[in-house]
Amino acid sequence: MVKALQYIGQIIAYLCFAIVIGYFSSAPAYIHLAPNKALVKLSLSHAAQHQTECRRLTAEEIAELPPNMRRPLDCPRERLSMLVELLLDDELLFHQLVQPSGLARDGSSTVYERFPVEPGAHKIVIRLRDSPRSTGFDYELTENIELAPKQNLAIDFKVETGGFKILQ
Amino acid sequence: MRSLHRYASDALVVVMVLHLLREYIKERMRGARSFSWVTGLALLWFVFASGISGYWVVWDKFAQYIAIATTEWLDSLGIFAEPIARNFLHDTTLSGRFFTLMVFIHIAVPLILLFLLWVHIQRCTHPKVNPPLGLAAGTLAMLLCLSLAFPAVSQGPVNLNQVPSVVSLDWFYLGLYPLLDRYSGQFLWSLLIGGTLALAILPWVPYRRRQPAAVVDLDNCNGCNRCAADCPFSAVTMGPRTDGKPFEHQAVVNPNLCVSCGICVGACPTSTPFRRRTELVPGIDLPTLPIREVREQTLKVCAELNGDVRILVFGCTHGPNLQALQAQGTAIVSLNCIAMLPPAFIDLVVSRNHADGVFLTGCRQGDCHYRLGLKWMEQRINGERDPFLRKRAPRERIVQFWGGAAQQKKLIEELNTFRTRLLKLQEATRANTDRNVNSSTPTVVLDG
Repeated sequence: MVKALQYIGQIIAYLCFAIVIGYFSSAPAYIHLAPNKALVKLSLSHAAQHQTECRRLTAEEIAELPPNMRRPLDCPRERLSMLVELLLDDELLFHQLVQPSGLARDGSSTVYERFPVEPGAHKIVIRLRDSPRSTGFDYELTENIELAPKQNLAIDFKVETGGFKILQ
Repeated sequence: MRSLHRYASDALVVVMVLHLLREYIKERMRGARSFSWVTGLALLWFVFASGISGYWVVWDKFAQYIAIATTEWLDSLGIFAEPIARNFLHDTTLSGRFFTLMVFIHIAVPLILLFLLWVHIQRCTHPKVNPPLGLAAGTLAMLLCLSLAFPAVSQGPVNLNQVPSVVSLDWFYLGLYPLLDRYSGQFLWSLLIGGTLALAILPWVPYRRRQPAAVVDLDNCNGCNRCAADCPFSAVTMGPRTDGKPFEHQAVVNPNLCVSCGICVGACPTSTPFRRRTELVPGIDLPTLPIREVREQTLKVCAELNGDVRILVFGCTHGPNLQALQAQGTAIVSLNCIAMLPPAFIDLVVSRNHADGVFLTGCRQGDCHYRLGLKWMEQRINGERDPFLRKRAPRERIVQFWGGAAQQKKLIEELNTFRTRLLKLQEATRANTDRNVNSSTPTVVLDG
């Protein structure tokens, strides 16, 4: 009798364990993004222009350098910060002066941002300044888009392909 | 197979957390045992990394959510020159190489985990890494039934142009991921690193002075190796003889590894209470509870015993509440671990009639506070492990009950049953004695 009760107890324990594992292994469902929303993702990695132009060294300056380090140009590594703006239907969603990466501030400036938005027709404007100019932008893209619910619209940037590109 | 793999990995998280809780609640992470505690915490990170990378390689909608959420979370550390989440921006930015890396990670991380598991049990002698056969079979059957009844299925193909808005989350591995949608990645890193550090300092909070380690007395140590063989934490080893005595080895205690359980004292053949000619100083002893004091206490409490049946209870401080057993005819001797008791003490008590019976109790079977105490004690009594309990000690007057603190009621029942049994034994012995006396008494015939 005691043995039988022990077996029943064990079966109940296994059953409880199985229910806990089986349930929490996939439930309750998690709503990562409301199904009636769309997502605009702005992601770019771009090296802005150098802070200072390369300077040609004089013959004396070259002579002062160790023989294995002699070069005609002195090019400071530091890059400019990059200004990025994103407007959706003329509303400013993102405006940031992005620092270059790296300890010497000589790497790419990167942006990775997500914006849940309402689906439907939108006008999207994205701008980037990577030069020493104080006004205006070096790259700009304006596009009318139609976003479906749950759509993931990615905005990428590549100088080689002419600047901003909407991936959808 | 995939379902079995998934549910088994979920079960791993459950038992791992239960194991962590049990070791904490029972304070099995203090002193020398803090090493296993801290290395165990590192294992937590590797278990979660293994599980999360496993979901990733399936590459369904759920994997898409995990891949993007994880890489965004990693990017929040700010250590990557370019956000790795950019890999999942669009189908055109996705490289198959990334999955090769993930498969490699899902194999490499568990291998590192295995190595760390080996480190985790480094300070435990005779580690038990395989579950009992019945438990293994039951768990396998349970997981198989669960896999067949509710197979783990993919959550649809990946589409990077669509957000996996609703996902069936595995809460065991990804329970904290929803926080990433509400708080920053740095917040979650701080939470996890802070939580791990908080757990890591638990062995020292609140601070308690460690009990002094066992000490070796070379005058009484002949280097027999029994203490080293029985130490559950590798604290006792055998080293070359240093006192010029004609023995090859001597016991050496590493105080940093010693948990002061006293199992080595119980294993030492010189811990015999019958020794009267010289002072009772064994080859290895605990400064806080020398075996000499245990003998004195044993004899003292036995001398105070009265009633029809006199029972001496030897128990450990981590087992049941021994004070609750105090009753007429019952005396208590409490030890750090039941295996601290040399079997010769039981022999002394029952053979020299200091008590009618000896009741041994301690932690629950399979849950010894010092890992191997119960096992060694049982083997010593059964004559399977040195030092043995001598055959002359009447086994019917000795009872072992390993119920732990949770089975206090059952313990009292067992003690009462033992008392009844001893009473019957006494009556039977008395009847035999009377019969023998009657049969040996010469019959006097009076004439006339």
